[in-house]
Amino acid sequence: MTEDSDAMVSLTMEDDAAPAAAGSAADTDAAPRMRMRARDVNVFYADKQALFDVDIDLALNKVTALIGPSGCGKSTFLRCLNRMNDIIDICRVTGSITLDDRDIYGRDIDVVQLRARVGMVFQKPNPFPKSIYENVAYGPRIHGLARKGRELDEVVEQSLRRAGLFDEVSDRLQQPGTSLSGGQQQRLCIARAIAISPEVILMDEPCSALDPIATAKVEELIDELRQHYTIAIVTHNMQQAARVSQFTAFFHLGELVEFEATEQIFTNPHDQRTQDYITGRFG
Amino acid sequence: MQLTILLIAILALAVIGLYFGRRRALSAAGSNLGKLHSMPGYHGWYVALWCGIPSGIVLVVWLIIETPILEALLLSTLGPVVAEQSEAMIGLLLNDVRNLASGDVVSREVDPALQAAADRYASMKATAQAAVLAIGLAVGGAGFGWAWRRIAPSLRARNKVERFVNIALILSSCVAIVTTIGIVLSVLFESIRFFSIIPFWDFLFGLKWSPQTAIRADQVGSTGAFGAIPLFTGTLMITLIAMLVALPVGLFAAIYMAEFASPRFRNVTKPILEILAGVPTVVYGFFAALVVAPTFRGIGESIGLDVASESALAAGVVMGIMIIPFISSLSDDAIVAVPNSLREGSLAMGATKSETVVKVILPAALHGIVAACLLAVSRAIGETMIVVMAAGLAANLTANPLDAVTTVTVQIVTLLVGDQEFDSAKTLAAFALGLMLFVVTLALNIFALHIARKYREQYD
Ligand SMILES: Nc1ncnc2c1ncn2[C@@H]1O[C@H](COP(=O)(O)OP(=O)(O)OP(=O)(O)O)[C@@H](O)[C@H]1O
Ligand SMILES: [Mg+2]
Repeated sequence: MTEDSDAMVSLTMEDDAAPAAAGSAADTDAAPRMRMRARDVNVFYADKQALFDVDIDLALNKVTALIGPSGCGKSTFLRCLNRMNDIIDICRVTGSITLDDRDIYGRDIDVVQLRARVGMVFQKPNPFPKSIYENVAYGPRIHGLARKGRELDEVVEQSLRRAGLFDEVSDRLQQPGTSLSGGQQQRLCIARAIAISPEVILMDEPCSALDPIATAKVEELIDELRQHYTIAIVTHNMQQAARVSQFTAFFHLGELVEFEATEQIFTNPHDQRTQDYITGRFG
Repeated sequence: MQLTILLIAILALAVIGLYFGRRRALSAAGSNLGKLHSMPGYHGWYVALWCGIPSGIVLVVWLIIETPILEALLLSTLGPVVAEQSEAMIGLLLNDVRNLASGDVVSREVDPALQAAADRYASMKATAQAAVLAIGLAVGGAGFGWAWRRIAPSLRARNKVERFVNIALILSSCVAIVTTIGIVLSVLFESIRFFSIIPFWDFLFGLKWSPQTAIRADQVGSTGAFGAIPLFTGTLMITLIAMLVALPVGLFAAIYMAEFASPRFRNVTKPILEILAGVPTVVYGFFAALVVAPTFRGIGESIGLDVASESALAAGVVMGIMIIPFISSLSDDAIVAVPNSLREGSLAMGATKSETVVKVILPAALHGIVAACLLAVSRAIGETMIVVMAAGLAANLTANPLDAVTTVTVQIVTLLVGDQEFDSAKTLAAFALGLMLFVVTLALNIFALHIARKYREQYD
């Protein structure tokens, strides 16, 4: 098992190290195209400020890792990107966040459409109490993306395949999604999220409830998904951030301390706090 | 009188035991309290229980056996004249003797013999009670002395008192169970008696309900018909109408309160809805009879429909209003219990709020909602007051909700109010109906519990 994941890790590390360090290549364009741009984002829970002037860009076909000690505002920032904070009554967001240069908090934006374009995978697997099939078919159904029958079957199978789950569940698609193991449930949630082909996928500690094997599978998956999507991932695992991401943002007490290429952050951080955190001296 | 004295004496003895047990434990421990196995208070309780419980048992046992024993004694002094009479006559006689002895009204001329018997009864009773008082005090005193002597630092008084508390708790919880079983059995036996007069199938599938039986042989009048189908259909129709009103309103109210309303609104409305559940049903009853039924009748007239002034519709609608709080409150609990992660999961997929409610929240809360409905149905089936007042007593076999119908519970009431003989088919029919009601509501409740349990872990 360790062999397996080690092999994979070193593989991705090599893959990523080169482009990130050179700031170019392997991927087609030299300067990565930005999908989402956050500028001067401040977030308040009632009177308490949780984020202070955060500026982060999410690049196309790149994985951006958000790291930092517990309570520093990583989830809060992630939830700003698809406006999940809207459903918390006391939460207020200021600043500008754009998706393809359109302000997602603008008047002309339909939050329902926004969330269909910016998908989210949660820290704790949360499959609906429906069958595996229905879980994945949920998004396509409500957005009318596929006609019932063959077309929908195909979308479901495709999504499960890309989430690396199809082979394990192909003979029991009608069983409840909650009957799967934790790791399978998390991949089911990923399949559910990608079934509507979002452009950006936000993942909040997707591996925190998983064992090393399942974690390795999800990491592998993230690396594959990167070919098609823009990904942001929150993680407490430094190795994971180093393995899967090309850019890393370090948060501390609601401030964005450092946002650089992953390589740079892990080998030569500018800020003392970043240095301390990644070497495990606090947090 | 003697027994009251005994009761007070027992209590006093126990309180004294509490005090002296504690004192003795303290003095036995001397300066070093740590020597005691149990705290002094436990020693006090130990003594109190030892003198209170045995004498309490004496008192209770006597209360149970007093009447049979005294009557047996009295009969043995009355001699052979009485022994020849029928059991019922003896019972009547004894009753009169008892009443006369305690100064109540009696059913016959008081002749000297009866007076003498009553006097003898009274004196026997007084002697016996004095004896019981003496025995009770003796037992209590003995218990006191025994427990008091046993107090020593090593006495495990705490364990013993705890054991007693334990037993007391078990006994109290048994009371509810035993009463239920007792009620069920008595209803069951009376029903069996009824079914020996009226065949079971005639009762269950008979189409005519008219329980007036002739009391005397020479009386003209109906012979009585005990077909319960009209009652079942009446009950069913009213329940159905009630659910048609309560289910949509209650469910929508629950959804609104749980998912859409602001916390402020919710904090105000939820208690109000629950107060609605506390309104006595008789109030709903006259609301139904005086307001709703005439209104329906008026509306019916104006559109050319013939609505009975006591209609199933009026009773059903008002009953529906009565059970709205049940459904809304229980469904609200079920909806709120759906984990937030499911809500967020759905919203994050780009579902709207109502799509989330319909496709994720309601299915996840379904078991709770179904259980709420079943409880509401059994509530509706058992409801009496509203139907008595608004739907009438006519046992019509009809499918027209504008007609008057009657229900099982209403018929039970009318069978049992007023004077009656306790072994006529008419009276016993009430028990048979009660049994049916009990079986149906029990089945519904079990079914509801089963559903609630079966799907409980669905979203864990
Ligand atoms: N719903 C909320 N209401 C009030 N305060 C909140 C809420 N959610 C988060 N906060 C506060 O905002 C701050 C940032 O929380 P956030 O959940 O973003 O931290 P995090 O970086 O994701 O932490 P973790 O690594 O433990 O998940 C915390 O101080 C937290 O107390
Ligand atoms: Mg978090």
